[in-house]
Amino acid sequence: MKDPSLEPKLGEMLTSMLITMTDRGPDSAGIAIYSGETKGRTKMTIQSDDPEGSFGGLDAALEKVVGGTVKMRVKSTHAILEIPAGTTAKTRAALAEMASGIRVMSRGDSLEIYKEVGLPKDVAAQFDLSKMSGSHGIGHTRMATESAVTTMGAHPFNTGDDQCLVHNGSLSNHNSLRRKLRREGIHIETENDTEVGAAYLTWQMQNGMSLGQALESSLDDLDGFFTFVVGTKDGFGVVRDPIACKPAVMAETDQYVAFGSEYRALVDLPGIENARVWEPEPATVYFWSHNDTPTTHEKAA
Amino acid sequence: MQIIDLESIGLREMNKTLHAQAETTNQTAWEIVNPKGAHAIACGLDAPIEVTVKGSTGYYCAGMNQQATVNIHGSAGPGTAENMMSGKVVIEGDASQYAGATGHGGLLVIKGNASSRCGISMKGINIVVQGNIGHMSAFMAQSGNLVVCGDAGDALGDSCYEARLFVRGEVKSLGADCEKKEMRPEHIEILKDLLEQAGIDAAPEEFTRYGSARNLYNFDVDNAAAY
Amino acid sequence: MNKQDPKRIPNTTPRQSATFSQDVNSDIRRAAATGIYDIRGGGAKRKVPSFDDLLFMGASISRYPLEGYREKCETSVTIGGLHAENPIELDIPITIAGMSFGALSGPAKEALGRGASAAGTSTTTGDGGMTPEERGHSNKLVYQYLPSRYGMNPNDLRKADAIEIVVGQGAKPGGGGMLLGQKISDRVAEMRNLPKGIDQRSACRHPDWTGPDDLEIKILELREITGWKVPIYVKVAGARPYYDTTLAIKAGADAVVLDGMQGGTAATQDVFIEHVGQPTLAIIRPAVQALQDLGMHRKVQLILSGGIRSGADVAKAMALGADAVAIGTAALIALGDNDPKWEAEYNALGTTAGAYDDWHEGRDPAGITTQDPELMKRFDPIEGGRRLRNYLKVMTLEAQTIARACGKNHLHNLEPEDLVALTMEAAAMAKVPLAGTDWYPGKPGTGF
Repeated sequence: MKDPSLEPKLGEMLTSMLITMTDRGPDSAGIAIYSGETKGRTKMTIQSDDPEGSFGGLDAALEKVVGGTVKMRVKSTHAILEIPAGTTAKTRAALAEMASGIRVMSRGDSLEIYKEVGLPKDVAAQFDLSKMSGSHGIGHTRMATESAVTTMGAHPFNTGDDQCLVHNGSLSNHNSLRRKLRREGIHIETENDTEVGAAYLTWQMQNGMSLGQALESSLDDLDGFFTFVVGTKDGFGVVRDPIACKPAVMAETDQYVAFGSEYRALVDLPGIENARVWEPEPATVYFWSHNDTPTTHEKAA
Repeated sequence: MQIIDLESIGLREMNKTLHAQAETTNQTAWEIVNPKGAHAIACGLDAPIEVTVKGSTGYYCAGMNQQATVNIHGSAGPGTAENMMSGKVVIEGDASQYAGATGHGGLLVIKGNASSRCGISMKGINIVVQGNIGHMSAFMAQSGNLVVCGDAGDALGDSCYEARLFVRGEVKSLGADCEKKEMRPEHIEILKDLLEQAGIDAAPEEFTRYGSARNLYNFDVDNAAAY
Repeated sequence: MNKQDPKRIPNTTPRQSATFSQDVNSDIRRAAATGIYDIRGGGAKRKVPSFDDLLFMGASISRYPLEGYREKCETSVTIGGLHAENPIELDIPITIAGMSFGALSGPAKEALGRGASAAGTSTTTGDGGMTPEERGHSNKLVYQYLPSRYGMNPNDLRKADAIEIVVGQGAKPGGGGMLLGQKISDRVAEMRNLPKGIDQRSACRHPDWTGPDDLEIKILELREITGWKVPIYVKVAGARPYYDTTLAIKAGADAVVLDGMQGGTAATQDVFIEHVGQPTLAIIRPAVQALQDLGMHRKVQLILSGGIRSGADVAKAMALGADAVAIGTAALIALGDNDPKWEAEYNALGTTAGAYDDWHEGRDPAGITTQDPELMKRFDPIEGGRRLRNYLKVMTLEAQTIARACGKNHLHNLEPEDLVALTMEAAAMAKVPLAGTDWYPGKPGTGF
């Protein structure tokens, strides 16, 4: 969002985009939303198939471990933990130790990820997505190609702090890359190709690359067909493989920059009739950042 | 003028209504409102009717068109006018990838820019683009004419056969077996005619012609790197 | 010194290398001389686990067989009833696979139509469009929608009884085709909008869509153009049958055609035919599993092809879960392809009857896979049609014979449990027990 007055409508806009794209992905749906950063605090989105059992008293239990205030907001199968900055690793370790079936969906100062198996409209309703506000967000609907249809296999995938990734396409070298990244100590949860893409970016950034550089190098190291959208605390980026067969449409107005797999996803956005609508070029990294305002622009990072 | 509100009657009813005109062409002018990027709008037409779509369309608008004139007052999604046989399709805005793919005949006019793979595997269609076109355009293009008033992206005319490619601006790169060709008077004539039909004011002399170098027409091991 | 007489040293028998066999050596010499990979027609020639490694148990005391004449064993099948207004009704579950005009002569296509129609089944166009001969002589004609879109036009599309979107082919999953210049006659060139005499390459992907989400939209377009009247099949190669079947169904297919590596092609690289893809026996169970997991078994029909030769093969395919089969190579042999009566001419081409696979060169002595007017004259489409009809009838009778012996009044009632496997490989691939045991490799709960 360029225009902060639209921020309360972010959830509503994303929900409409998501439901319109149901045909493209009826298996599962997810949303990453960037909102509500608090100084000195950080967030963790967790998920459980048994929320009542897993989340009951969790905040109090975690407070003892991290030694600070832990706030918890439960939303259906998900909960947002707000923990003191710098306690992410401690919290993750504590959750693993509790072994209560809790899975970490995301971590970061402003990022929250909600995703589940099911039709986009049902997933949106489950989490009340349309009421959410935020500075920017990414939604995804999935038609699984090879890996299982599960909550953890749904997009977006959280990569590093405040980073997430969604993907349309099919990677052809993800198995060997997954083995390599696991040997490098990167945690990869599923057999999903997209998660490997996400883990790859995390790994490159751990090795000192910027997100833009990591995306550039993904063009060399990832094989197959992909259109990626990545989210960061400040904005979002888009990159397509050099063949660029999978669709991608961008729209920009004075109020926002939007991405969709099809124009159809964008039709209900305000002022779309007069938006600049175009398709990202193959093998080119685009990035939009709130820090670049007032004139957002595309650039090869 | 008959007006169809796509949102209220739905895709099937709309196309059924348009297809029924093939037999009874009393109603020749149709307007479709609220397209909202829907797919397969006005595909498979086979009658000399004129359809105007007020807004942007999704995949395969005017697919396999015969005889009809389809005007899109907006941008068009992937595969617009794919496999067109005859008639005319005019896109006022931009076209997504695969515009005019495998078209056998007729005229496709794109007033804005066309994305990648414009005219892929074209088989006789004429395509006139007022703006720029994306990468891999005219890939394996067999016959027909592709006219680009702006610039062309990477790998123009890769593995093309006998299609004629005319570009006024820059070509980022040529594809395998595609080369610059001489503009002869007959090509100027073809161009002049197509620009006129498309309603675009441009001087044919400013264009450069590209086409097949015909080196890949019969296999030769010395060209193996191109495969 | 004890000098040995060299003449008295016993000779060892000259030994051919298993690794560098005469076949392999001839391939190397050919590559070295020409600088081009070997292109040929047909399907995989190597020996792979196949339906020959399965047997039916038949009935005796615990199961009761049906009498041959009085007690009917039905063979009909309906394909594409899920979304189409006019599904295809076939008398027998054996269809004719897609083979192109261009690869085959016009009269050969006509003969396929005649034979299939007389036997109550469908035939299929190929890469090169629909010819009046085959449309005219086929009661049920399936129109292939291929990446090249040669000859693709909406008038023919609307004349078709079903549309088959070809994503892949068993002989070359992930590959396109190659028709060499010699075969591009005036008529073929015209149908394909190509200059005469050039090598014609067929694309490996569709030009205007990629992936299952786009395929769904392509299916919508084809349905809109044909008024939702005819079934839409999706043909995939035996590559990743579970996923490919799942995605074809999710994209909205009415039927899935699954083609194993023994399935033929008009022309592609030998290395592709022999080294890419899975045997027909190995692909059917994962595909059926996908149908069952989605609750679509018997709702979306599965048509299996690739090396089907006899009624026994038909019965085995159906027992493993197929709704119908398709034959290509077998149909060509029924028409007279590779007949020993042309042996002298095969020898002149450097081959022998049964081994002739240079269909792309257009010099077929039997006049079937050619565009040469003189050779074409050798083939009589009426006689060819009659032969194909006979063969289809015999296959059907054979399948019925087996089904009755297993106590079934319809071929569709054959089950995997009617089968045993002769080899471990076949047991593992078909998930039926090794003969004499109740076990197959990978059987859940067995620890193997």
